[in-house]
Amino acid sequence: MSKNGRLRILAVAATASLTLAGCAQGGNEEPAEGGAATNDSAAAAPDAPTDAVLPAGDGTGECEDGVSIAYIGTIAGQNAALGVAILNGVRLAVEEHNEANAGCQVTLKEFDTEGSPDRASGVVTQAINDDSILGVVGLPFSGESDAAGQSFHEAGLVTISPSATDPALSQNGWDTFFRGLGNDAQQGPAAATFIGEDLGAESVCVVNDDSSYGIGLAREVREALGDAVVCTEEVKTNQREFSAVVGTIEASGPDAVFYAGYYTEAAPFAQQLFARGLQTTLVAPDGVRDDQFVQNAVGAAEGVYLTCPCVPADGFGDFFDAFTELAGTEPSTYSAEGYDATTVLLRALDEGLSTREEVLEYVRDYDAPGLTKHFKWDEDGELTDTPVWVYQVEDGEIVRDREIG
Amino acid sequence: MIGNLPTVLAQGGVDWISFDIGRLVDQFWYNTVNGLAYGSIYSLVAVGYTLVYGVLKLINFAHSEVFIVGAFGAYFTFQFLGYESGGIAQAPLVETIVNLILALAVAMICSGLVALTLERVAYRPLRRKKAPRLVFLITAVGASFAIQQAIMLWRNPNPELAIQLIAPRPLFEVFGVSVTNIQLTVFLAALVLLLIADSFINRTRLGRGIRAVAQDPDTATLMGVNKERVIMLTFIIGGLLAGAAALFYIMQIPQGVVYNGGFLLGIKAFTAAVLGGIGNLRGALLGGFLLGVFENYGQSLLGGQWRDVVAFVVLIVILMFRPTGILGESLGKARV
Repeated sequence: MSKNGRLRILAVAATASLTLAGCAQGGNEEPAEGGAATNDSAAAAPDAPTDAVLPAGDGTGECEDGVSIAYIGTIAGQNAALGVAILNGVRLAVEEHNEANAGCQVTLKEFDTEGSPDRASGVVTQAINDDSILGVVGLPFSGESDAAGQSFHEAGLVTISPSATDPALSQNGWDTFFRGLGNDAQQGPAAATFIGEDLGAESVCVVNDDSSYGIGLAREVREALGDAVVCTEEVKTNQREFSAVVGTIEASGPDAVFYAGYYTEAAPFAQQLFARGLQTTLVAPDGVRDDQFVQNAVGAAEGVYLTCPCVPADGFGDFFDAFTELAGTEPSTYSAEGYDATTVLLRALDEGLSTREEVLEYVRDYDAPGLTKHFKWDEDGELTDTPVWVYQVEDGEIVRDREIG
Repeated sequence: MIGNLPTVLAQGGVDWISFDIGRLVDQFWYNTVNGLAYGSIYSLVAVGYTLVYGVLKLINFAHSEVFIVGAFGAYFTFQFLGYESGGIAQAPLVETIVNLILALAVAMICSGLVALTLERVAYRPLRRKKAPRLVFLITAVGASFAIQQAIMLWRNPNPELAIQLIAPRPLFEVFGVSVTNIQLTVFLAALVLLLIADSFINRTRLGRGIRAVAQDPDTATLMGVNKERVIMLTFIIGGLLAGAAALFYIMQIPQGVVYNGGFLLGIKAFTAAVLGGIGNLRGALLGGFLLGVFENYGQSLLGGQWRDVVAFVVLIVILMFRPTGILGESLGKARV
């Protein structure tokens, strides 16, 4: 056979193999999911409490010129959608406050950590060195919060995290750390109860990524599920090929899979998990609760349950409308929590407080309702009132399902 | 000895590592099939590292970005053809194939162009000035980061919303493991491309030129081989294959179109090239498949968190016994 002949055969083979792929395309089955629960019982979204303290306050705030608060967290980094949803809540709060309070104009300074613990320390130092900053909303992720907490503690700069859920964060003796939501010691057991009782799953695989958030949450869920855990796996940040992990899960044939991590990895994971027709129910936490997950999982997100210590914002009419107008999207995960956290700081500034010490003291003694819950912290910086909700992906939308804790 | 390890470790109270031999055995064929499908991407990318190394003795770290640009090229072709993100396209069969081939062409051209530009802009000026080898290496790392960050600024750090042309669907079973249409396509197409590349290097006049320069650049020049042209050609071939790999990659993993999506994959492909014997095209091919498979075996044996460790441990172990890689010899010496 001549050289050319051989090359030609290779070319034909190449075309043939592409054809094969096409042939197999025929039937296009959506990955089916067997879930015991249905969404008929979707609980109503809570209304805004009538006595909720809002950023605008009573419009009589007085403060020195040039005071500012900061948002520190991911803006353009990995899993940025989670950060931006919070940031828009913060922006809205500051805007509403400044409009209503002519006597107190607060500047919002935004710092981008790219969500990475490595970058967070540098950015945080920058913020600490800016004396005009009296309070911080952030940091959104547990890993970066862990890396930055000590610096804030030493600088005496108060932080209210609208979304970091690693329980260990409040156990470091940082008197500047306040958490504006329930932690994973609440979310984990609530998710486990939901999986075991509401979904009726008797066998569960728990998968986590290598972030401190994923590891911590998976531990809580495993402990709460006890013997129902039939397999555990860990994946890596930025991993996109999960065949080995999926193989392990398939071999265990669990009724449900819990994935503790963020949406970047969760989307391809979900797709590959259901690609071979595995019948199971996927449950994932707040780090996955974003439209990015729904869209990138290419159909596999349908029916997935998402737990979250965030309260559905549908019922907060005024907030919902104002947010949608400002951000161009509906409020997402932790938008309302970010708004509430900002409100607490703004109230402090309206009092005319002008040092970090005074603001810290004010937050420590704070005791008032916000949109999402009542804000009163214990000495560790944890809230006492911590609702956890579960959502479900339906027709490509994340809709609320029920309150689970 | 490995068989005793679990007990030994358990007695020693070690809980950070466990050996699940049963799982390794149960999942053996499953892991082999999946490892080969994914390893074919490593192979295609590894060829780029190996050819450039063979000719220039340069580890072109920017090759991972050559790869990811191809992925963007294929992605935008899909978009241009009117595919929508977030679902699985429902186009008729023939149209899908034509579109895939079109995307393949665009991806290959994009990657080829980036590889060529890289050579012209980054490496050729250094060669003119007879810069030491270390400078090339640092330039390669710098170029890698520059391209990566440029893509991040242009797009954003989130992955592009997934576009999938073909739904993965089991076709048939081998050793009780279902093989999907995508895996089979990717594996066969990659194999064919690798064979074409191999016969190009070993059987054509241009390929002989590449081998000649790899073996002895000065003598080759004296014998009338245009060295600059050979270098250009080497980068283009590597780029074309990386572009093809990029399309196959996003067929398997549609969420992979992101600025840093090539980084780890590039390092793994480089590992594959060293594993097989850097500078040796067949070594790259073998190394890619082996790495894909071993990565999966390792995960079953040790757990998913050891994924990246396994790849490099395999590399170290093989280099201990065969310092030049499995197939050893360089491009020039492989076949005269």
